[in-house]
Order: sequence, then structure tokens, then C-alpha cells
Amino acid sequence: MKYIIGIIQPDRLDEVLKRLTEREIHLVTVSNVVGRGRQKGIAEVYRSHKEQGSLLKKVKLEIAVNEAYVELTVDAITAGARTGSIGDGKIFVLDLPECIRIRTGERGGEAIG
Amino acid sequence: MLALCLPAANVLGESVATQSQEHPIAAAAAPKVDTGDTAWVLVSAALVMLMTPGLAFFYGGLVRRKNMLSVLMQCLMILCLVSLQWVLFGYSLSFGPDKGSLIGGLEWLGLKSVGMEPNTNYAATIPHQVFMMFQMMFAVITPALIIGAFAERMKFSALCVFVLLWATFVYDPVAHWVWGVGGFLRQSGALDFAGGTVVHINAGMTALAAALVLGRRQGYPNGISPPHNLPFAVLGAALLWFGWFGFNAGSALSAGGLASNAFTVTHIAAAAAGVTWALLDWLKHKKPTTLGMITGVVAGLVAITPASGFVTPMGAIWIGIGAGVFPWLAVTYIKGALNYDDSLDAFGVHGIGGIWGALATGIWACKAVNPAGADGLLYGNPMQFWVQTKAVVITMAYSFMLGVILLNLVDIAMKLRVSEHEERVGLDLTQHREGAYTLID
Repeated sequence: MKYIIGIIQPDRLDEVLKRLTEREIHLVTVSNVVGRGRQKGIAEVYRSHKEQGSLLKKVKLEIAVNEAYVELTVDAITAGARTGSIGDGKIFVLDLPECIRIRTGERGGEAIG
Repeated sequence: MLALCLPAANVLGESVATQSQEHPIAAAAAPKVDTGDTAWVLVSAALVMLMTPGLAFFYGGLVRRKNMLSVLMQCLMILCLVSLQWVLFGYSLSFGPDKGSLIGGLEWLGLKSVGMEPNTNYAATIPHQVFMMFQMMFAVITPALIIGAFAERMKFSALCVFVLLWATFVYDPVAHWVWGVGGFLRQSGALDFAGGTVVHINAGMTALAAALVLGRRQGYPNGISPPHNLPFAVLGAALLWFGWFGFNAGSALSAGGLASNAFTVTHIAAAAAGVTWALLDWLKHKKPTTLGMITGVVAGLVAITPASGFVTPMGAIWIGIGAGVFPWLAVTYIKGALNYDDSLDAFGVHGIGGIWGALATGIWACKAVNPAGADGLLYGNPMQFWVQTKAVVITMAYSFMLGVILLNLVDIAMKLRVSEHEERVGLDLTQHREGAYTLID
């Protein structure tokens, strides 16, 4: 099992969700996050004061999958989020030792899908 | 030169002009309450009251999440404190029987002899008590404007003490000079229809003093997060705009032509200034900003305040455009160059906008609008511009100096600023033990 974390541009979320659905990957957790990478975003201006070095708004996706779905998931996120510009984001793939479905108590690969 | 200001405008102009058939000039005879006038000024007092909570949301939206409640609390506590100060002695100091052209006497302490009969010196057709309540709302919002300068770092207890001192030693005397019978600026012929000097220059200059005395917020200018809720700021600006109809048109103290003119020019100046500020942002920063537009609207309302009983709609457009340009320049260039932290631009908007409005009144005022007023520079009377300038300079100097003195006194007695740690944690939690927003439902 793997735990896949994708950090993407907020405006690419709909596209990524669509690509995931096309590949029958329905389970996903999404959160609004802020952070910074190598990209410089649109500097916000408040009464002529330009915000400098501020953190940028991003969206974080978290998806737990069995091994067979790892590449499909990575493909889906990449296809949906890539624009070719700096700031498209990153995908992290982590080993996932255990997974438990709270309702039934199922464990491991069965619980994940 | 006639004594020309808010109450005089009513007594000499509108009331006499429109009601001379009913009350043939005889102000000496028992004054009669006019129901229409009374209804309008009652409603106006309520409209002006709403401006302080409106201001709270305007300012609150501009601070960081951790300080939202502190701003709301400061504004609403000022509403409570100054209302009490006003009935106990503030009104008497401002409008009571004149002492040496400088201050009102103590004859009206606790609203003694301020009752349901009109006071013909101030408003001949409404109960004296209604006039007192209308004026109370002005006394309340003026110190509330100042908090924009020291938002996010002032200790709450120090704020309460400072506001009471400021209301007593700055607002009340200046209100007396400009509006009180016998006040020396009133006698000099300075025009201030609804409070350009008394409210806006007065608050704006003390705001500048406060920004300098308290010093900058930690991390200013680049380490401060952006406004936490611009929609609140827009809501607040909209409430201010709405309330300002009471502020300016109510200052006619009658429901007639003069109120109508003030209502009209107030709206026009706000619109012109909102457009102007948005255009300047568009030119300099490539995009018209929401915050810029609403800031322009407020600056326009500030600038038209002293002029609203004396200028034409076309004059109001020019005053509005100036209110977009000068505060914008102050906020964009001067604040950065001098590196003071007027956190929410209380000086930039109210100080600069108020100065512009008071001077502009000396340019665009005309007797065709208000026979009790005066002609300005463009109507062949350059002297009026000089009279306005004197009133502006005197008010600026007094408010700034007294601001510095009172703030330093409070600082010596009890420290003005919260500790560095409290400032980092935020005033909501450290001053009030509350949070504005919960994270979990």
C-alpha cells in the first residue's frame, strides 16, 4: 500500500479530480494549504503595499491506494495538474504499513478501496 | 463675517427660509418643535450610531484573524464609554455656555436643562435632547476612527483610559471651538458643515501621533499578513456610506432643501472618489483593487463632510476626485517614505481626506447653495480659503500635540503597548480571552 500526497495549484483541482474519476479512483482527501516552492506567485496588493515573500495558496490531495493503483494515481494527478509552468506542484509517494476501516474493522488492502 | 457652521446653518438658513410663514422669524417667542425635522434628526442619529459598528467591520476586515475581536471590541467599547462621558459632562463641555471662546461651561452636567424644549442657538425646531443625541454619535465615532492607527498592538485597558482623556481634552474643546456658540473658530467664519475638522482632521492627526508614539508592529512592513477578511471591510464601508447620509444630511438639523443638498453631494463625492482610487490602482498596479475602491469611497465621504451643506453637485465631483488622489498619494508614497505604521490608514484617509475637504470647502462653497454659508475661492472670495486654512492648521496642531501628550501620559502610567509575546499571539486571546473564529465546527 502507498500513501500518495499531491501538492497542486488550486485551479487544477477540478481537472485532477476528473482524471482520478476516469481511472476509478474515488477516494481522496483534499485540503487548502499554504506553502512555497521555487515559484513566485501573483503578488497581492493592498492599498499599494505589495505582499512580499508571502506563502502561496495550494491544494493538497491525499490518496491511499494498493500497489496496482500507484502509477494510475500518479498519472491522473500529473495529467490534471501539469501546465508546464513553475509551480505546478509535487507528488510524494510514501509506504503505508496499515489501513483500518473504522465501520467494519477490516484491515490492509481490503480496507483501502 | 458671519458665524457659519453646522448649527448656524440651520438657524440662519434652512429653518428661517422654509418655515418663516409658520414661525415668523421670532426665535425669541417660545420655540416650536417641528415633527418632520425631529423625525429626520432622530433617524440621522441612529444612522450615525450605525457607523461605529460599520467602522468596526471596515477595520476588522483589514487586520489579521488573531486581532479581529480586539478591533470590534475597541469600537463598541468606545460607543459605550463615550456615550456615558457625553451625558455626564462631554456635552456640557462641547456645547454648554461658552467660557472664553475655548470651552463650554459645566452648567449642563448630567444633561441638566437639556430637555424636550428646543435650544434655539443650536436647532430651533427639534428638542434639545435630540440635538444632544445626534451630536453624541459624532463624539463616539471620532475616537473610534483613531484606533486604525494603532490596531493590533494597543493594550485594551490603556485604550479605554486614552479614549476618555482624548474625548475630554481634545474632542470636546475642538467641537466647542467649531460648533459651540461663542467658539472662536465658529466666530472666525470657518465653514464645517458636518465635522471635517472636528471629526476627521481631529481624529486623523491624533492617529498620526499614535502611529508615531506606539511605533511599528513587529514585522512591519513586509512581515504582516494581508487583511484577513476583505468582504467584512466591504460590508463595513457600505455601512459607513449608508450611515453617512445621517452624518451629513442630518447635520442640516432639519428636513428640507439643505438636507437634500447634503444628501446628494455626499453620495456624489463618495462615487467620484471610489472611481478615482480604483483608476489610480489600475494605473499603478495594473489592477483595480476592491480595497482601493472602498478606501476611496470612505475618503470621498470624509472630504465632502465639511462641504456638504455648501457646495453644488458639480463641486462634489471635484472634491471626490481630490479625495481619491490625495489620500491615495499619502498611502502609496508618504507612508512608505516616512516608514510609520498607520496600520489601517486612519491618518492617510481621515487626516489627509479631512484636510483636503476642509480646504476644498473654501474653494467650492457658494451662497447659492446655502445663503447662510459663504462664497469660496471659485466664487470670488479667496478669503474663505484663508479662513479654512487657519482652522485646519489650528486643529491639526492641537490634535497632534494633545495626542502626543495624552498618549505619553497613559504610557507612563500603564504602558500603551502589549508585550511582544502578546502581540505575536494576538490581541483577541491575550486581551479578551476569546477567538473570533473556531477551526472546528
